[in-house]
Amino acid sequence: MSAPARGDRVLLGPPGPVPSAAGRFGEFGGRFVPETLIPALEELEAEFRTAWSSEPFRSEFAGLLESYAGRPTPVTECHRLSDRLGVRLLLKREDLTHTGSHKINNVLGQALLARRMGKQRVIAETGAGQHGVATATAAALFGLDCVVFMGAVDVERQALNVFRMELLGAKVVPVSSGSATLKDAINDALRDWVATVESTHYCIGSVVGPHPYPWIVREFQRVVGDEAREQSRAILGGNDPDVVVACVGGGSNAIGTFAGFLDTRSRLVGVEAGGLGLESGKHGASLARGVPGVLHGARSLYLQDEHGQILEAHSISAGLDYPGVGPEHAELAASGRAEYHDATDEEALSGLVLLSQTEGIVPALEPAHAIGWLAREVGKKIPLGSTVVVTLSGRGDKDAEQVAQRLGAELNK
Amino acid sequence: MNLEKEFRAKRDAGRKLLVPYVTGGLGGRWTDVVRAVADAGADAIEVGIPFSDPVMDGTTIQEASQRALEIGATPAGIISELKTIDVHVPLVVMTYYNPVAHAGHERFANALKASGVDGAIVPDLPLDELGSWAVAADAADIETVLLAAPNTTGERLAAICARSRGFVYGVALMGVTGERDHLTKQAGTMGARCKAATDRPVLLGVGISNASQAVEAASSADGVIVGSALVRRLLDGGGPDEAAAFVAQLRAGLDQRIG
Repeated sequence: MSAPARGDRVLLGPPGPVPSAAGRFGEFGGRFVPETLIPALEELEAEFRTAWSSEPFRSEFAGLLESYAGRPTPVTECHRLSDRLGVRLLLKREDLTHTGSHKINNVLGQALLARRMGKQRVIAETGAGQHGVATATAAALFGLDCVVFMGAVDVERQALNVFRMELLGAKVVPVSSGSATLKDAINDALRDWVATVESTHYCIGSVVGPHPYPWIVREFQRVVGDEAREQSRAILGGNDPDVVVACVGGGSNAIGTFAGFLDTRSRLVGVEAGGLGLESGKHGASLARGVPGVLHGARSLYLQDEHGQILEAHSISAGLDYPGVGPEHAELAASGRAEYHDATDEEALSGLVLLSQTEGIVPALEPAHAIGWLAREVGKKIPLGSTVVVTLSGRGDKDAEQVAQRLGAELNK
Repeated sequence: MNLEKEFRAKRDAGRKLLVPYVTGGLGGRWTDVVRAVADAGADAIEVGIPFSDPVMDGTTIQEASQRALEIGATPAGIISELKTIDVHVPLVVMTYYNPVAHAGHERFANALKASGVDGAIVPDLPLDELGSWAVAADAADIETVLLAAPNTTGERLAAICARSRGFVYGVALMGVTGERDHLTKQAGTMGARCKAATDRPVLLGVGISNASQAVEAASSADGVIVGSALVRRLLDGGGPDEAAAFVAQLRAGLDQRIG
């Protein structure tokens, strides 16, 4: 690799709050894993603790974010859509990063950690394929072997990303157990890791999983919020936005965004996948309808039946199709610092079309939920005239085929 | 019955301990399978309470769990059926933490006790997270068996052995459950390390697939747990007779080695 840029343009704020020694955010979090994984999690925690307070590590990370991922990403003021909705809307443009979503931020940080720990192989789970593509990208950049686990259903609906991962040299393993989506991909990644932990780093893509992952991923994603805060202040005459909105599956783009605004007076809103509507039972709204439980190593809120079996989530967007949520979100909801709502599949689709046709920006289906929710709630939960920052976590190319199937006929009318 | 007392007595009498695993709720005759393997020479029986997301399990137990759930198995249902099983050896349930947490620690522990269960294995509840489950289990006299892995450090292994009840479950390889062609070298090392760390009975499990592997593994420990190899026979259509025949083979191997 050539000498990285110094990363001076990247607004990497100081490290954020450290969770308790047991990895708890309030009553959520923890480390509920088979004994075999304990040594690796302890090693990872120690490595991250040292690295994250080390100036050389931080500047190498910032350098990669700048010279490789294309940070800082801009904040774009949406004049036409603002007029249409009756708010002042700013978009944090994670869709403009290399690989097209915020996932690259976390992956570059974890690749640096893997290298520090001398791990030659990385594994990852992916839903929409964005985290898989980002991991495959970082693996290629760092010369690491890469295996990505992906639900068989998602392999079907995200064929383009499967090809991208393979092109980047990664092996994609379709997972057909359970619901064959993101949850099951994480199960199989964990099973692989139990067998390979001494040579392999598990590059988790969201703020889920056992301690220290929710903390690490939040810290690597907080650049989104740190940048957005400074950039929106510059646009808003030194003021913070009234509302900050991001979509929530596992919750990494939202937690990264919120991290930059936690100590401001901005309202923080996470938008979950409403699927076919909360009443239908087919959704991914674990903050709204989940109950406390333990899955994938952490206590958080999960969709489950009366016997404690985890339920399948449903969402038009593979990236939000997860029956749980990161433990820090569960705590932010419990403390009331953040509020969580949902947008349905249909609302996400109309959000996608709305942003495409008013601003010339085609969002991924995941952040389209945030746009769709905002469009629905202006004048209701969002007062007219509010200043609003929405994190546009990724671009819509990966969803073009699926959206074409859903909307093609309609658009041609 | 007290699992540890039972195991210590048998071990001290020179017997190698054999614990077959049966997925609860797998087919209408699963309780007959439990009875049959008890009669065939098991020293305790591990009954799996299926969970939707069994991350410590390979494909065989995953499939068994999924099939059992599809035909309506529930934790409460399985625990209540266990009450009807009157065998002469201890029963130990194996499940994941979420169904336990969902039911509530005390409620779950008390339900187990009321059904005559003596121990519990919860592989995703490591030492550091035992917390209030251990309190509830101890109070209900349910022995919580802890797992130690090949990469567990010495200091931690000592702590695990000290907190484990019933016996110490040494994971015989780096990986999830499932049959393997050969026993790894890690099995012998695991057995020896656990034995050096504790006087409690030490059983090895995960990957032990046939009588000769059981004998080999038991040479470094007090006994073995055999799951996937038995469950595969059930998935392939076998019933109590096939299960009993397989367990009898394991028993004969272990006894011969002693004799």
